[in-house]
Amino acid sequence: MTFSLNEASRAAIDREVAKYPEGQAISAVMAGLRIAQEQNGWLTPEAIEAVATHLNIPPMAAMEVATFYNMYDVKPVGRWKITVCTNLPCALSGGEQAAEYVKEKLGIGFNETTADGRFTLKEGECMGVCGDAPAIIVNNTRLCSWMSREKIDALLDELK
Amino acid sequence: MNAPENPQAILLAGLDGDNTWGIEHYIKRGGYSALRKILESGMTPEQIIAEVKKSDLRGRGGAGFPTGLKWSFMPRQFPMDKYVVCNSDEGEPGTFKDRDLLRYNPHLVIEGMAIAGYVMGCTRGYNYIHGEIFSLYQRFEEALAEARAAGFIGKNILGKGFDFDLFAHHGWGAYICGEETALLESIEGKKGQPRFKPPFPASHGLYGKPTTINNTETFAAIPWIINNGGEAFQALGKPNNGGTKIFSVSGHVNRPGVYEIPLGTPFSTLLEMCGGMRGGRKLKAVIPGGSSAPVLPGDIMMDCTMDYDSISKAGSMLGSGAVIVMDETTCMVKSLERLSYFYHEESCGQCTPCREGTGWLYRMVHRIEHGQGRPDDLDTLDNVASNIAGRTICALGDAAAFPVKSFIKHFRSEFEYHVEHKHCLVPVDVQREGSRIYVEHAAC
Amino acid sequence: MLEIEIDGQKLEVPDGSTVMDAANRLGLHIPHFCYHKKLSIAANCRMCLVQVERAPKPLPACATPVTNGMKVQTHSEQAVTAQKGVMEFLLINHPLDCPICDQGGECQLQDLAVGYGASSSRYQEEKRVVMNKNLGPLISTDMTRCIHCTRCVRFGQEIAGVMELGMANRGEHSEIMTFVGHTVDSELSGNMIDLCPVGALTSKPFRYSARTWELSRRKTVSPHDSLGSNLIVQVKHDEVKRVLPLENEDVNECWISDRDRFSYEALNGEERLTKPMIKQNGQWLEVDWQTALEYAASSLRRVTDEHGAGKVGMLAAPYATVEELYLGAQLMRGLGGGSIDTRLRQSDFGLDGKLSGTPWLGMKIADVSKLNAALVVGSFLRKDHPLLAQRLRQAARRGTRVSALGVSGEDWLMTTHARVTVAPSQLAAELAGLVKAAADIRGVAAPAAAASASVSDAARRIAQSLIDDGARAIFLGAVVQQHAQAAGLHALAQELARLTGATLGYLGEGANSVGAAVVGAQTGLNPQQMFAGDLRACVLLHAEPELDAANPAAAVEALKRADTVIVMSPFKTGLDYADCLLPVSPFTETSGTFVSIEGRIQSFHAVVRPKGETRPAWKVLRVLGSMLELGGFRFDSSEQVRDEALSGATGWLPEYKLGNTASDVACATPAAVEGLQRVADFPIYRNDALARRAPALAATRDSAVPSARISTGTAQAAGLATAKRVRVRSAAGACELDLTLDDTVPASCVRVSAGWPQTAPLGALSGTLNVEAV
Repeated sequence: MTFSLNEASRAAIDREVAKYPEGQAISAVMAGLRIAQEQNGWLTPEAIEAVATHLNIPPMAAMEVATFYNMYDVKPVGRWKITVCTNLPCALSGGEQAAEYVKEKLGIGFNETTADGRFTLKEGECMGVCGDAPAIIVNNTRLCSWMSREKIDALLDELK
Repeated sequence: MNAPENPQAILLAGLDGDNTWGIEHYIKRGGYSALRKILESGMTPEQIIAEVKKSDLRGRGGAGFPTGLKWSFMPRQFPMDKYVVCNSDEGEPGTFKDRDLLRYNPHLVIEGMAIAGYVMGCTRGYNYIHGEIFSLYQRFEEALAEARAAGFIGKNILGKGFDFDLFAHHGWGAYICGEETALLESIEGKKGQPRFKPPFPASHGLYGKPTTINNTETFAAIPWIINNGGEAFQALGKPNNGGTKIFSVSGHVNRPGVYEIPLGTPFSTLLEMCGGMRGGRKLKAVIPGGSSAPVLPGDIMMDCTMDYDSISKAGSMLGSGAVIVMDETTCMVKSLERLSYFYHEESCGQCTPCREGTGWLYRMVHRIEHGQGRPDDLDTLDNVASNIAGRTICALGDAAAFPVKSFIKHFRSEFEYHVEHKHCLVPVDVQREGSRIYVEHAAC
Repeated sequence: MLEIEIDGQKLEVPDGSTVMDAANRLGLHIPHFCYHKKLSIAANCRMCLVQVERAPKPLPACATPVTNGMKVQTHSEQAVTAQKGVMEFLLINHPLDCPICDQGGECQLQDLAVGYGASSSRYQEEKRVVMNKNLGPLISTDMTRCIHCTRCVRFGQEIAGVMELGMANRGEHSEIMTFVGHTVDSELSGNMIDLCPVGALTSKPFRYSARTWELSRRKTVSPHDSLGSNLIVQVKHDEVKRVLPLENEDVNECWISDRDRFSYEALNGEERLTKPMIKQNGQWLEVDWQTALEYAASSLRRVTDEHGAGKVGMLAAPYATVEELYLGAQLMRGLGGGSIDTRLRQSDFGLDGKLSGTPWLGMKIADVSKLNAALVVGSFLRKDHPLLAQRLRQAARRGTRVSALGVSGEDWLMTTHARVTVAPSQLAAELAGLVKAAADIRGVAAPAAAASASVSDAARRIAQSLIDDGARAIFLGAVVQQHAQAAGLHALAQELARLTGATLGYLGEGANSVGAAVVGAQTGLNPQQMFAGDLRACVLLHAEPELDAANPAAAVEALKRADTVIVMSPFKTGLDYADCLLPVSPFTETSGTFVSIEGRIQSFHAVVRPKGETRPAWKVLRVLGSMLELGGFRFDSSEQVRDEALSGATGWLPEYKLGNTASDVACATPAAVEGLQRVADFPIYRNDALARRAPALAATRDSAVPSARISTGTAQAAGLATAKRVRVRSAAGACELDLTLDDTVPASCVRVSAGWPQTAPLGALSGTLNVEAV
């Protein structure tokens, strides 16, 4: 599998690099991996290496980061990654039952992907939005609050 | 805002209407006047630190360290790179207050950081924002652009020869980055593995340079203190516990959400503000300071006031002010299992006791919850937790151990019941009803 | 100074010391895994927790700075409870199957578990299993045993200079690994095996071949480069099983290169020559020593009688011992004027007789660490001098300004102050530019040879760094020594040293190039003259001219023309040009002495008995001398030979014997060269007879089959941008190689490594090549 950062991704990473002092391009590796993941859907080894090469850091340094932070997907995911927080504060207001409902609707468990490749379900850790429980994050960036069964239905219908 | 307008609020005050996060709205409600006041009046860093010390402002991230004292540690005379860093990596289960500051009042944080930069002679700052609230990271970047365009950050701020630039850095799913040195490692583009201290960030911080790190809410309190004086801030709270504090209340209350109240407010009052217990059920237990704080039985909690000293005296910590409320339908074993799973998942893997011990704790609690408990498990759990606590580089080891020890301490009989009967004292259907999807209070 | 009390013992330590440092000074052992004196402090294993007065919790000795008046207890109840707790955590997921672990018996975890572990485990849950990794031919993995101390990772980042291993994932899922599909390719990688406190990283060639307690440990000195690394050779049943570093802070510190560590495999290999052999009527016959020696002696006598000793020569490898070389020189002298030399790769001998002494490093190796600035000229530094490169890397981390002028832009894995990479023919011009820059900065007139040189920004930066205060040095590497203008380049470098005040030094080749010069083993005709002239009899002592000569093709032809070629080698070599093979001991099977580039004299004993009928070469030479009835061979021991050879010097060569100052040597002038120039290196594992025959080293990336390497720009200009396979031709011959695009090769150059049979037909190490796609 080959991967190269497209022009938009390279420009976006370079904007991140500019935030840090000279010689500290490695600071942009987190944003760089996020950008590569947005471009590719998930972080293949080639994508990780491309980011490392762009920042002129050892590939293993980028690999360490990519495998440490759990919003990087180093394994393939479906078109929509649904992350449900089940941590205690959320669970007290139905976080776990919301996750059960999503599992039931999609017919998959945590860390599984639907056969049609549409959805991957993840169990989330604290998102820092416990007052909004049940909380769901779609593809890392879209936060959905107070996810009742009805709202889960609507969300899953919306995500084609 | 999801809470009713609160007359006691100062950080979350005046946030009615649309686009309160924009610079226009912020300036209209008096924003950036503190920064202007400092630069135009020529207030010295020493004077500002004195005001902050007078305010009794203590770090809002969890440790409660006096802010004025922390700022005074920074070497101010040396002409070298120094950094001011804001910790908005809010991921302690139960905590969601900084999110509202960033959501509705990001310029307040920017102003507070700029003042801190001025005080400590830093020309550069970073705000590390929790990855899970990515839209607020984007919003913060927009706010930074507004502030830069308006001349509140950047070169020669307000024409007074003060340079301070500020950038946002996002996390991407690692609770440990809320630990200040892990956060610095993360900004440096590495895994978020905490550093051994000493050296402390004030001498060896970001990129090895002197650095001060404060919580979002701490920075947010600074402009008010400058505008109104440290004594006025102090007077809002109680001695040694100055000001208001934003509490994040989650769990079995009628209106979970953020509540900014003066430190020293009785817990019972806070509970009332949250609309009381959901379904009128009985309060069983409260974790008063985020998941890492020891749990307290409800009756002990009802006698506490919400401030650092009172909660500490009761045997727990005010921490980040994250109040997790549990009613009588709650299974304490299952609750601990979920928390232990969290620490096991979030251990960075660096120190042996935490890397190995958190998994051991989780697996034991998991067994007990699933009817596989053994009589000696409780003593082993307590002892393993003791072997983790205080033996690791950062406090995550302690954070994993405290819930275990406190849950067993206060609810031992419930654990014993599990071991003996292979199931919970609270019937499963009661548990499920108590923790069903609850969105009735939501405004949508 | 700070006062501290540990376990009741008081001492003073310098500011900045840690509790661990203080304990080490007292000789107190605090248990630890992640701490290593040469690596950054990780404080992650938590085994070294100790009780500190007034501290609320136990603190890690490795990371806790001493404060004045501090009181520490390493064996108090608090400390021991903490240590035992950590040990329990380390063991819960560690396989407790020491009997089948290759680290058994030399495992820090095993050792400490005896003292701090419980006799049974409270851990009732499932144990972790971690997939093994393929790290290449040298390091074997058993990753379930890993205790995540990260010593290997820190070694890579800090000592080897490259992060090949990392710890991926987090929490208990943390795993040491390389990037997907990568191997560990550092030339220092074997040290990670030593650093690993458990059986997670072990030696692949050594795997399961012996237990540590079955091995006897013997000291010796590495023959593979001129540093003189101290080694521990581990032996079982008279066979070398493993080679480890012997710590010597002033030489190799606690490290050795992979070449030092893994070359031993050749000692036990199939290619060993274990019986003398003579070629008769084109057939090789095994004979007894008496027959072989008589044959050799009579051949030498006959040739000398017929053609004169001027037609007799000995070519020795620069890693032959002092004793061997001294007796070799005696033999040649005794025949009445035979020649001997070790400088097979050299092609310009213009410095002979012009130097103030034997060329050497110009300073102690340990002083390299104290330099403020260094300029390395013409060196494949990491591959030619892996540990000296490491020393410079550490210096660079502390602020030493290391600059490079050379013919390859290969990454030295250190911060360099300035780098200039040019074609070999341009070295003179660049050196002249440096001389001019230095003269300009000094405000003096540049010497005539440099007066009109053009000065680049980099040259000014380098010259300034060599002028600024502090110790500074200019080191000349193999490329300069092997250069067709070696003497002229030396003269320019000497001018630069004079103008800047920097010390001039040589990064000599072989373990004993200094010793060879000192004992007179560079006498008579030089190798080039021998090969070019009418050489009638030749003795090869460890040398392999078919790979090592400056022009291997010409050397082999000369040897084929000779009446007799006597090979003294541990290996079956030279079968197509020799007529007599004498099995002589490699360094492990003989006593001997090497003099390193810093002038350090290091003698060693045999660590194993000679294999088969192999004999130490110094004894063979002694017998030959006696059979030829030559004087000066009455020695009872190698020590006697050494003492005579070195005039009784021990420890260090007297300084007057060493000297890098030349007189009456003209500076080189840039040569205009048309066409593609050859850049030739001797790859790290193609550099000596042992390394060439070590299977594991042969499987590394550094031993990849040679290709023609060319920069993208030069490839395009030469119409080779899409070529895959090329025919490379020189004046001497041709070969067919893969073409590799490599932007570290300077413009207008083709890098074709020497030391390989495939590239030997090309002849000279320098000169122009014609490259065509096939």
